[in-house]
Amino acid sequence: MSNLFIPLIVIFIIIYGVFKKVNIYDSFIEGAKEGIPMIKNMFPSLLAMILAVNIFKNSEIIDFVFSFLKPLFLFLKIPFEVLPIAIMRPLSGSFGLALLNNIYSIYGPDSFVSVLSSVIQGSSDTTIYIITLYFGTIGIRKIRYSLWVGLLADLFMVIVSLILVPFLF
Amino acid sequence: MINKLWTFLIITGSFYLIINGRFDILNKQILNSGKVTLDLILQIFPLISLWLGIMNIAKKSLLLDKISKFIEPFLVKLFPEIPKGHESLGYISSNIIANVFGLGNASTPFGIKAMQSMQKLNKDKAVASRSMITFLVMNTCGITIIPTTIISLRMLHNSKNPSSIILPCMIVSFISLSFGLLIDRLWAKK
Repeated sequence: MSNLFIPLIVIFIIIYGVFKKVNIYDSFIEGAKEGIPMIKNMFPSLLAMILAVNIFKNSEIIDFVFSFLKPLFLFLKIPFEVLPIAIMRPLSGSFGLALLNNIYSIYGPDSFVSVLSSVIQGSSDTTIYIITLYFGTIGIRKIRYSLWVGLLADLFMVIVSLILVPFLF
Repeated sequence: MINKLWTFLIITGSFYLIINGRFDILNKQILNSGKVTLDLILQIFPLISLWLGIMNIAKKSLLLDKISKFIEPFLVKLFPEIPKGHESLGYISSNIIANVFGLGNASTPFGIKAMQSMQKLNKDKAVASRSMITFLVMNTCGITIIPTTIISLRMLHNSKNPSSIILPCMIVSFISLSFGLLIDRLWAKK
């Protein structure tokens, strides 16, 4: 789908520009130049967050915490495997994909656990990364209640998936 | 807030590694994070510049204004602080469109442009404005209709029906987006 979309959008915008007699080449250069300061402002906040997230996720402290939550999950009949994906979803996108890959190879991609994990992974974006990227680049230092709203929506998303997926499966 | 989160992640992670004697992992993560960040930047930088270039053509040809007029009535309700016809509405619309069609790498530069133009309206440049937070919530909830990466991973594992997750993902992300926007509203009024 996106294989077709990207060329179509690019070509359409260029043809529309020609039609409206815009100096396309100069406009492109002018716009592309803005990428350099954008990246320059992005780097420090991104570096800070990747450092913190990488130390946290590689410390395996979540596995330790999860071992206490296991009985609760067994009691609620929720597959235990989805917990790491759900917790790490707002922190790291690639981590969730790696876990998903692992779940697919153990249970097969069409099993209930796999579908549930895929829905949790696919129904949200990496909240911390987006906050860092957007607010860090434009120099916002006080993010107010945005992190809470983002994380609450993520939690709500997990609950909705847990309720909805068994129905659709 | 982000300050506390950052400290929490580093302290708990480091502490757990230290009491388990895994100094090697801690050392590796500290020294590697620069390279990981640079790799990520190298991946997104060319695409950001490319989309900003294309975007500027759309802006100069007034195509952006046309698109935003189309979505404006709906956006004005969500972003009451942004004056009608302001350029940020155009960037917000482009970001939404890129997100909906799963053009992940295009949505980032549009999103940052939207934030930059909302920053022009912002009184205190260090504090996030209400519209910025609403826009952020729209992005963190992931309004993607087609989760392309997961579908390709499912194909890789020979799934019988790789795209079967599209519908549940759509429903779940729509519900959580509505919930996110609702609590954003309630919180802003506090």
